[in-house]
Formats: sequence, C-alpha cells, structure tokens
Amino acid sequence: MATLEINNLHAEVAENGERILRGVDLEVNSGEIHALMGPNGSGKSTTAKVIAGHPAYEVTDGEIVLHLDEEDVEDVDADEDEMAWDLLDLEPNERAALGIFLAFQYPAEIEGVTMTNFLRQALNAKLEEREELFEDEDEADAEEDEDEGYETSPMEGPADDGEIGVAEFQQILSEKMELLDMDESFAQRYLNAGFSGGEKKQNEVLQAAILEPSIAVLDEIDSGLDIDRLNDVAQGIERLRDEQGTGVLQITHYQRILDYVEPDRVHVMLDGEVVMEGDAELAETLEEKGYDWVREQVYETA
Amino acid sequence: MSSDQDHLQQTDTEERFDFKKDSKAAYAAEKGLTEETIHAISDDKDEPDWMRERRLRALKQFQAMPMPTDWPGQPDLSEMNINEIVPYIRPDIETRGGVDDWTDLPDDIKDTFDKLGIPEAEKNALSGVGAQYESEVVYQNMRERWEDKGVVFMNMDQAVQEHPELVKEHFMTDCVPPSDNKFAALHGAIWSGGSFVYVPEDVTVDMPVQAYFRMNSEGMGQFEHTLIIAEPGSEVHYIEGCSAPKYSAFNLHSGGVEVYVGENAHVQYSTVQNWSKNTYNLNTKRALVEQEGRMEWISGSMGSKATMLYPSTVLKGRGASDNHITIAFAGEGQDIDTGAKVYHNAPETKSTIESKSISKDGGRTNYRGLVHIADGAENSSTAVECDALMFDNESTSDTMPYMEINESKVDVAHEATVGKIGDEDIFYLQTRGLDDDDAKQMIVSGFIEPITEELPIEYAVELNRLVELEMEGSLG
Repeated sequence: MATLEINNLHAEVAENGERILRGVDLEVNSGEIHALMGPNGSGKSTTAKVIAGHPAYEVTDGEIVLHLDEEDVEDVDADEDEMAWDLLDLEPNERAALGIFLAFQYPAEIEGVTMTNFLRQALNAKLEEREELFEDEDEADAEEDEDEGYETSPMEGPADDGEIGVAEFQQILSEKMELLDMDESFAQRYLNAGFSGGEKKQNEVLQAAILEPSIAVLDEIDSGLDIDRLNDVAQGIERLRDEQGTGVLQITHYQRILDYVEPDRVHVMLDGEVVMEGDAELAETLEEKGYDWVREQVYETA
Repeated sequence: MSSDQDHLQQTDTEERFDFKKDSKAAYAAEKGLTEETIHAISDDKDEPDWMRERRLRALKQFQAMPMPTDWPGQPDLSEMNINEIVPYIRPDIETRGGVDDWTDLPDDIKDTFDKLGIPEAEKNALSGVGAQYESEVVYQNMRERWEDKGVVFMNMDQAVQEHPELVKEHFMTDCVPPSDNKFAALHGAIWSGGSFVYVPEDVTVDMPVQAYFRMNSEGMGQFEHTLIIAEPGSEVHYIEGCSAPKYSAFNLHSGGVEVYVGENAHVQYSTVQNWSKNTYNLNTKRALVEQEGRMEWISGSMGSKATMLYPSTVLKGRGASDNHITIAFAGEGQDIDTGAKVYHNAPETKSTIESKSISKDGGRTNYRGLVHIADGAENSSTAVECDALMFDNESTSDTMPYMEINESKVDVAHEATVGKIGDEDIFYLQTRGLDDDDAKQMIVSGFIEPITEELPIEYAVELNRLVELEMEGSLG
C-alpha cells in the first residue's frame, strides 16, 4: 500500500511570489477515494499541480512524501531506504514513475501524436524511469556507458523500442478502452486534439488506467461533463480503485460526482489550507450549507 | 551562449579549417575561379565540346552578376568568399568524393555517423573503396529492373556521355538557365555529379528511385545536378541524399535540380538533407509541369550555416498541379531561409504549399514564398500554410508569403501560425512519464508529422532521428 503524505505545504507562484498554499496537510492511501473540496481560489488545483511538480510554483515550506511498501516495488529491485520518496526533490516524470498521476482540468492538445504512440511511449518511459530510480549507482554508471550512440541503423526503425512492443501495447490499450467503453477510433486520433470536453476527461481516466498509478490526483474531472459521460468517468474511477488499488484524490467544487463515486474521506480547503475533514456525509452537509458555513465554522473555532 | 561554448564553437571551426588545409594543400596552386578551372573540370570529365561551352558561358554570366544582397531579411552571405571556395573543387573531382579516409573526418561528423547508426559499409563508402563496390551492386540491380521498362537512372556525368541528345535539350535550358541567378550560373559553370532520371511515356516506376547510395563515393561533389525527365503519363518518386549527413570540406553547396513533368505525368521529389554547419546551402530547384501533370516537392532542410532554397514549380499546362511540403530546422547560429515558388501560367491549375519550421537556441527560420497567378489562369487555386514553432525567446521566425494574383477568377487561401513550444504541453507530457527532452521531441515530431507521413517509413524515421539529434544539440 502506498501513502501520499503532505505536511505543512506552503507554495507560491514562482513568477510573482503570490502565496497560494499556506500549510496544507493531507494523507491519501492507495485503494481509498478522497474528495478535496473548496471554493474557487482556495488552492485545490495548486495543490494538485504542486504534487505533480508544476514548475510555475515554488514550494517554500513543508514536504510531500510518497511511502511505498513491498507490493508497490515488486517489479524493481528496491532497497530498504528506497521505500519513502521526497517528491519535492524529483522531476515530474520521476514522480510519475513512482506512481503519481495527475488528471488535468484542461488537458493539453498535442497535434500529430496519436494516442497509441503517446501512451506506449509514456508507459515505456515510466517503466524505464522506474528502473533508473531504483537501480544502484554503479549499475547506473554502467548503463550510461552503454548508452552511447545508436546500435541499429535508423533505416531499421527506432533503436530503442522500449519494453512494451507495439503489438503487446495494442492488446493492453484495447482491453482498457473496452473496460472504459471507449470507441476504438480513439487510439488513432491525435492526443486530445479536437476532443470534446467529455472525451478529454474520459481520456484522462484512460491514461490513468494504462499507467496504473498508486495515487491519482483528479483535478475537476467532473467539470464540463454531461450526465452520461459523468457516469462513464465515475465508473472508470471506481475501477481504478477496485482493480488497480489506486488511491484517488478527487478535486471538485460540487457534490455531484460524489453521488456516483462515494468518497472515503472529504477534505475541505479554504485560503490555502485544509480546514475541515470528514466522511462522505461532510460533502452532503457542504452541498446543503455552502462554503460560507465552513468559513463560519473555521472562524468560530479559530 | 556561454563563453565555454564560444570556445568550443571556435575550436570546432578551426579544426575543420585545419582539416581542409591539410588534406587539400596539394591543390592550393589553383586559386580563384577562371576559365582554366572550367577547362580542367571539362578535361577531367572528358566532356563533349557543347558542355564545355555551356560551362564557359555560365562562368561569364556568374562573373557578370552581382551577389544578391537586396532581399528583405535574407541570410548574410558577406563572409562567403567564392575565390576561397573554388580551389577545393579540383580535389573533389580528383578524388571523387572529397575525403579519402574515414579517419580524416572531423570527430563531430564521425560522431554523427555513429549516432545515426550508418552501417560500417557506408562508412567505408565515404572513404571510397569498399562500399563503392557495394553501391555498384545495388545500383546494378535496380538499373536492370528499370532498364526493362526503358527507364534510365545514372550519374549525371555519365548521362552527358551516354544520352547527349536528352541532356543537350534539357540541361539548364528551359527549366533553370544559368541566367536565373548568380548561384545557378556558378552551378552551371562547375557542376559535377548528380543524377539523371528518364522515365518513358506511360511507365510507372513503382518504387522510389533513391540517390542516397551514390553521394558518398561517386563524386557528386557539392555542385551536383539532378535532371529528371518524366514523359507523358509516367510516374516516378525520386529521393535524394537522405541518410548520410553530407560532409562538405568546403563550405558552399550549390546544387541544381530540374524536373520536366510531361502531360499527365507525376513526379515526387523528396529530400532530407543535413549539412555541416559551416556550409552555405544555396540551391536552385525547379519543375516545369505540362497539362494535367503533377509535381510534388517534399523537403527537410537540416544543418548548414545559411540555407536559401525555394523549390519552384511552373504550372504550364491546363489542370497542372503542385504540392510543396517543406520543413526547416534552425539551431544556434543558423539562418534557414526556405520557401516555395509557384507560377500558375494556365487555367485550372492548383497548388498547395505547407511549410513547417522549428527554431531553437537563437536560430532563425524564414518562410519566403511566391505564388504568381497569371492573367488568364482562371479557375486556379492555391492554398498556403506556414507554421513556425519556436523553442525559446531567442529564436526567431518570419513569414514572407508574397502573392501576385493577376486573375480574378481564382481561389486563394493563406494561413500562418507562429507559436512557442508550450510549457503546459511539456508539463502535461512529463506528468505521464516523459522527461523534458522526450516531451519536447514528442511535440516536435507531432508538429512535423504532416511531412513525415508523406515520406517512406525509413526516411520518416530518419528525419525524426535527425530532428532528435538536432534537439539534443549533438550534431556538429
């Protein structure tokens, strides 16, 4: 079981020093679904981006630690001191390799790159990076020596085709797409280019299904979805948890998606901090009473 | 650029210079471009008098024409000294390939070959002997297949000897006369090597004709001439100069390409070229297209210090069409000025131009294009699309799409986009597991995908690989 632990996280916008996060505390275990709620501007999306390593934010205090256990590192040769990782020391792709996934509120559109090519390359990059992160230093040196130059002619196709070959990947992709009830034509479309809002969100869930993260942070995955698509996406999220044991941190304004995916824990953010925590009932109370109620509660206790 | 890199850059250039000096010193006596130079070339090739006369005429035209200096925003050619360049031509002709020994190549070029995975056999080809044999074998096999259909594919020098009538009629006459521009005139005077392709009426050459294997060992030199004649109803795809980044010991490449597309004929000319970064790459390429004929230019321009290249198509006959697809990549210190020219001289002619450019580390790309629609070329249409992708704020990209429309019943479309590679796009891909470099490469490979999808798979892979190497900054 993996645990994402956020302690006293402070972060500001790197460009202008605007303070956004003022001491966020949060803990998400794999296999659990957490909702992170709060009004606009409370720091939910920033929290998500900082977890993933967005360069636009500078962390000024606190820590983000990913704890892994034996199960999480079955595929690699992990030492005992490699079971806890300070994410703030790592590049976004290294965090991804360790099992962090961020579903974007506004996913990027990349023209000319098919879904299949993108996902296979991403999966292979993740597997390769995992090996590098967990391998011993002398192994790393040895590998670097081998890395010089291409071994095959460019006329014979890419020299390094990655661990998962084209045929094998097609298989994986078809299975996951079928599970998520996605049209096969998706695979040959360019990454998010010309996708509808709903298709983009579904695609984010598909990517999580392929990359099998330990912790998936879903930033407003429910925004811009019609009711049918919301249902698809919600089922996809439950599958991530049930079949892959992914821990989900779901960021949302509204109760709506929580009717479909019941959270184990609900965290409420206000002014850059988590100010209230509870079970699924808290989300319902929020729906009823609004964030002003939270503000009142916090001020009263303060 | 840091001072360290500055130093490297200088050292690099110096090594190249030394290299040139060492290996070419024996020919230092011949300075400057004179009639004697022409006679020497012609003697060496044992050419017929008519070709010698043409060379001499071209030389006069070259000497009479001024250097082009008045194009808006054109690359700076002032450092180029033709008298310094010319003496290196003789050794090229003498040695039929420029470099005698693989070990004489500068390290950066050898590295490039290694990184590209150019097989050992081809490394030998560069040095002259072993793979020249290899190339001959390939060449023979292909030639037999074509000969049955009456197709001719041979070295341009050989064509002068063996097909004088065809060459006399088409070589730098109607298509690219030496008077076209100063460098066309220079080319006409000292051209050497290149390909001659002749496809008889109604013959379809169903596999691409590739000139890649010959450029290393058969003395194509830096002034190679390609002449393609496609008779009515024929079809051919010619691919040139792909895999090996041509290393030029001298620093001017001025090639000439002439294509005659007959009625209902279809010619595709594809090239992926990568020049060493001390090269001025100044070419003249043109196609004449008869009724219902179709010309396609597909080119990837990599490397060089400065490139000026505007493949041009003259749509002479009713219903003729043209398609240009170009990609240019400019890194540090490079000025890549490329584009397309199309003359619609007949009704119902059609052209599409798609240009993609990438600039990085202060490099500059420019799209310079001309579409001319003549009075009377009614119901013609043209669509021009130029997209530029910049890596950073130091790099620049310009677009100069000139249109001369002298006919009212036409359909003209133009679109241009200039963008910087998006930080959010890179971050998105990083969160999926790609590192910074791979993320950028993925975005770039997507950007040039419309070009690579037009190429045969091995060349598409090659182009992508070259772009990757450019982005890693590992090409010399």
